[in-house]
Amino acid sequence: MSGGAKLQVRVAEVVKVNDLITRFRFVTRDGSPLPAFSGGAHTVVEMDDHGTRRLNPYSLMSDPENSTGYDISVRRDDAGRGGSLFMHTHVKPGMEMTLSYPVNLFALDSRAKKHLMIAGGIGITPFLAQIAQLTHFGGRFELHYAARNRALGAYMDSLTAAHPDRVHCYFDDEKQTIDLSRIMSMQPIGTHLYVCGPKGMINWVLTTAEGMGWPEPALHYEEFLAPGTGLPFKVELAASKKTVTVGTTQSLLEAMEAAGVDAPYLCRGGACGQCETTVVKCDGTILHRDHWLTPAEHATNTKIMPCVSRFEGTALTIDR
Amino acid sequence: MSLDFKPGAFNDFFRDETFRDDFTYRNSPQNILRFPFPFDRDDYMYSVNMEPHVPGRKGTAFEHIFDVDEHYVSEMIDRAKVLADDPLRCQSLPHMALAGWDLLELLMESKARDYPQWFSVTKDGNRWHWINRPLGIDHRFTFLDESTLPYGPFEYITRQTQGDFSLQDERDNDLWMDAGMVTSQADWSLDFDVGMSFMEWHAPVPLAHEKGVFDRALKFLLKLQHGAPVRRFNWTMTVNPLLDTAPETYPIWGPSKTTLTPENLGAKQHLRVELQSLYRLPRSNAIAFDIRCYLSRFDDLVTVPKWGRRLHRVLRDLPEELATYKGFIRNRDAMVQWLSKHDDGSPTSPGWWPED
Repeated sequence: MSGGAKLQVRVAEVVKVNDLITRFRFVTRDGSPLPAFSGGAHTVVEMDDHGTRRLNPYSLMSDPENSTGYDISVRRDDAGRGGSLFMHTHVKPGMEMTLSYPVNLFALDSRAKKHLMIAGGIGITPFLAQIAQLTHFGGRFELHYAARNRALGAYMDSLTAAHPDRVHCYFDDEKQTIDLSRIMSMQPIGTHLYVCGPKGMINWVLTTAEGMGWPEPALHYEEFLAPGTGLPFKVELAASKKTVTVGTTQSLLEAMEAAGVDAPYLCRGGACGQCETTVVKCDGTILHRDHWLTPAEHATNTKIMPCVSRFEGTALTIDR
Repeated sequence: MSLDFKPGAFNDFFRDETFRDDFTYRNSPQNILRFPFPFDRDDYMYSVNMEPHVPGRKGTAFEHIFDVDEHYVSEMIDRAKVLADDPLRCQSLPHMALAGWDLLELLMESKARDYPQWFSVTKDGNRWHWINRPLGIDHRFTFLDESTLPYGPFEYITRQTQGDFSLQDERDNDLWMDAGMVTSQADWSLDFDVGMSFMEWHAPVPLAHEKGVFDRALKFLLKLQHGAPVRRFNWTMTVNPLLDTAPETYPIWGPSKTTLTPENLGAKQHLRVELQSLYRLPRSNAIAFDIRCYLSRFDDLVTVPKWGRRLHRVLRDLPEELATYKGFIRNRDAMVQWLSKHDDGSPTSPGWWPED
């Protein structure tokens, strides 16, 4: 079955955290406990947006040992495809929704002597669950968390109250920046580095780490891509003998699902590789937007990740 | 607290038998038909033969996620003996403790749900009460607190569960065998493999690498999701019902391959089937691999005409590399000769069930 096992939940709480971020709490409909999960895991939230099916991944931020509910935080993206707006505008306490089982593409390395965490904005959410997990099972960590300003620094107060010596906050509006090379030069051998935030921050952190000679297996990052908008395009589905037209704010994966094609997926963010599909014919350019395929695969246009990538040209046929 | 077994209850169901020395292991008549015969067609080749591990037909080895059968108590006594002789058959690297708790939770909850007459687990927060009636165990402990159990969580629960287990840590886009309980293995060594990556521990398997089987299998497993376990079969041949065919003890059991005669083959030669299942674990993000061994002597297998015909054809046509790797090339001709008397040439129905 595409997407794996599902959890039937009810919205228990909707809390406005600041001007951009709202937190949602989900509990099971039948009162049974939710499965434990690992810090860094996400869930895919299924939305029925007035007939349009949306599936967006959000990091689980609650304590992984708390089986009474799952919390996510959603940052409103006014220029996005509509998933976050739907969450902010239409999701109310009592509503029944469906979640995927937790999936972790941003796991802590359990052998690490220390976990060094760098968060930007809403990128704080996976670290909240990881810190809760490390607090239960022991494990050194240090968090550096940057936000635009104090008002948008979600969960900074509770983090600094609980871990005053381990959490460091920075505000762009106050011209504060993370002194990355100094921080990284002070870490003990066996430290693993984790970064979650905007693309620019991830690139900066990874480039700095590589420049300082950090080993690649000690570097971990997570960036969820929103599928992104673009011009409509037409795709032939060879195996299902169908043709779909992908709309401006729709992904190819969503267009296939709307046409009744059971295509595989997990993260819906270009990271996990589950939806990888062979390209049979390509007269034009595939706009690759995933993290999964290699640069060589991108260049040859032999594979496509339908959850995020798009197409411009005269004809695209894929093996699905 | 110790883990001394006090069996005795339910002796009308659990057999008192041995997997060594006098080899009194037998399948009861009803258990012969329960055997998970692994061939769904008349030939065999490696493939990524995975399917969802969902509860299957009632009265078969697939009825429950973790099958408990009439050999349970005797298998656990045999495991304790193997571990007493060689404690390195159970190892868990330090970072795998959390995965051990994950597995303990999965096994206790599954067994208590599926076999309430034998097992129960009750919880008051992290204070758990576990009862294993067939083995006479009644323990209270604190979940996630290792000091409240007589062994680490992984060893504790796998000393009470049929099947070998390994725990795979996931990192660097690979799986690492960083813990295991291995006492009923088809000639592989945990002590040798522990800490290896997926390709490293599969390196000795012939033909499958060239077919890309392991590349696909690893990709598949990295995407394994919690709540959606999968299973596959593996199989080999074993002389005598010996669970512990380990490289470490090969000098003891290896020579038994030379003792087969046309007269004793039906009783001594066993088809060894592994029902392997894989589970993504919730807290650790590790993958648990259960390798459950079932043994059936040829005499019992051929009481099902379809199985007798099919096993003959599979063994006769098996590539030589596979028979060599699986360790029975020496006796293959004798087995095929013996089985040919049970193959009248009639067609066999698709699938592995005995009567379909």
